[in-house]
Amino acid sequence: MYVAVKGGEKAIDNAHALMAKRRRGDTGIAELSVEQIRQQLPLAVDRVMNEGSVYDPQLAALALKQASGDAVEAIFLLRAYRTTLPRIGYSEPLDTEAMQIERRVSGTFKDLPGGQILGPTYDYTHRLLDFSLLADAQAEGAEEAAESADSKLAVEVEACPRVLELLNKEGLIENSRQPDEADQVPGDLTRQPISYPADRALRLQNLARGDEGFLLSLSYASMRGYGDSHPFAGEMRCGRVTVELVPEELGFPIEVGEVQLTECEMVNQFHGSKEQPPQFTRGYGLVFGYSERKAMSMALIDRSLRCEELGEQVLYPNQDQEFVLSHSDCVSANGFVSHLKLPHYVDFQSELEMIRRLRSESVEVQSGDNATEQPEAEA
Amino acid sequence: MTASTDQQVQARQRWISVLAKADSEQLQQLWQQCLMQLGAAPDYQFIRKPESGLTMLRGRIGGSGQPFNLGEMTLTRCALRLESGTLGVSYIQGRNHQHALLAALADALLQQDEHDLIQRQLITPLASQQRADREARDSASADTKVDFFTLVRGED
Repeated sequence: MYVAVKGGEKAIDNAHALMAKRRRGDTGIAELSVEQIRQQLPLAVDRVMNEGSVYDPQLAALALKQASGDAVEAIFLLRAYRTTLPRIGYSEPLDTEAMQIERRVSGTFKDLPGGQILGPTYDYTHRLLDFSLLADAQAEGAEEAAESADSKLAVEVEACPRVLELLNKEGLIENSRQPDEADQVPGDLTRQPISYPADRALRLQNLARGDEGFLLSLSYASMRGYGDSHPFAGEMRCGRVTVELVPEELGFPIEVGEVQLTECEMVNQFHGSKEQPPQFTRGYGLVFGYSERKAMSMALIDRSLRCEELGEQVLYPNQDQEFVLSHSDCVSANGFVSHLKLPHYVDFQSELEMIRRLRSESVEVQSGDNATEQPEAEA
Repeated sequence: MTASTDQQVQARQRWISVLAKADSEQLQQLWQQCLMQLGAAPDYQFIRKPESGLTMLRGRIGGSGQPFNLGEMTLTRCALRLESGTLGVSYIQGRNHQHALLAALADALLQQDEHDLIQRQLITPLASQQRADREARDSASADTKVDFFTLVRGED
C-alpha cells in the first residue's frame, strides 16, 4: 500500500527550475523553436503523435521541446493535454487507397500498377555519419532539390491500387471483408476500457498507440521462432490522406484537412485449418506520419494476435492478446515503473520489519536446534 | 433531394474543402483583399464560437475491411449567422480559431450574393495553390520511382 507524503515544495520548485535551465542548455546557443522541431525532427514528432494518439504536429513538437527530447515524457504530455479537449465525433473511415503517394514499396511484387516509389527514405544509405552536417552546409542540398523539382514539373504519379487485393485473383490471399458485409461500429478504448478477448478493431486501436520499441521487439521475436511467423511486406505506402466527417448540422460529408499516414500490409503463410484452405493471411498496420518501423511491427503483431481466430495454438507472448495489449502502452508502463521512485517509506519500513522478524525467528529456531543438537555432537 | 440542391451541396462541399485545407496565413491575406472589395466586414452572430476539440480518426482493417479507431486529431469548428440569416459552418483540422472563423464567414457569403466575389478572390487562388503544392509533391515522389530487377527473372 502506498502512503502519501507531504512537504518538499521548495526543493521541488527548485528542481523544476533547474530542469528548465538544463533544457535550455548554453544560452550562448540559439534557442530551438517549436517550428524548427516540427520541420527538422519530423520523425520524432511522428512518434509522439502516434503514441500520444493525437494528430497535431505542432503540439507534438511543443511536447518534445518541453520534454527535452524525451519521447516517452513528450507522449505523456500530449496524452494529458488530450484529456482537456472535448470530443467532436468520429471521422469517416480514411480511404488509404486514395492516398497521395509519397512512398510505396512492396517486398512481394516487383511490377505493380503505379510502380514502386522510394520517396524520402533512410533505406539504402550506408549509415556513415555525415560530417558535413556538423558544418552549416545544408543550403547546397536545398538548392539542388529545388532545381530537380523545377526540371520535372509535369511528372504525374499514376494511380496506386491496393496491391494485395488487385493481385488476389486466384484467391490465394484472404480478403479483408466479405462481399456483402456491412460496417460495424468499432469499440473505442478511450471510452470503454478493453475487456478480453478483444476483437480485431479494438486490438488495432491499442497497437496504433502502442510503444514502438515493445511492438518491434515482439514482432522480431515472432519472426525468430517465438511464433510461427513467415511474413512478407506485401505493401507499404506513405502519403497524405484526406479526412472527411459528417457534421450533424450539415448532414453531408465534408473534408476538414489532410493527414500524413503510413500503411503496411503483411502477408503470412498459413497452412490452413479445418474451416480454411491453405492461403496467405494478412496483418495490418496503419499509423500517423512517416513511421514505417511502427507500421510493420503493428502489422506483424496484428497477425500474430489473430492466431485463435485462425485455429493456431497460443504458445508465445506475442500471440497472447492480454499480454500484448495490456503492456503495449508506454504511458502506463512508464507510470508504473517510474512510481517506484516516489517515497515508499512506510511500505518499505513494514517489509523491513517483517524481514527482521523472520530473521530473528529463524535465528531462534536455529539456536533451539543447536541446543538440542549440541549434546549429540558432544556424544 | 432535387438535382439542383444536389449540385448546391457538391459546390458547397468543394469550397468547404478548399477553405479547410488552406494555409492559414494565405487565407488571412486573401481575406483582407476580399474585405477591401466588400467595403465593410460582414456583420454576424456566433451560433457556436470557434471551439477546438478532438475527432477520432477511423481506418479500415486491411485498408478496405471493418472500421477501427486509429487515433484522434485536433479539430476546430465554428458556426455563425450573417445579418441576412445565412448560416456559415466550418470544421478545420488543427486549433486555429481565426482560420475557423474566416472559413465559416466565407462559407456563409458563398451561399448568397457575394458568391462570385469570394469564389474569385478567395477560393480560386487557394485552390490553385493547393493544386500546385500537390503537383510539386507528386513530382518529387515521381523522381524516386524505381524499377528493381531480380538477377534471374522467372518470366524471361
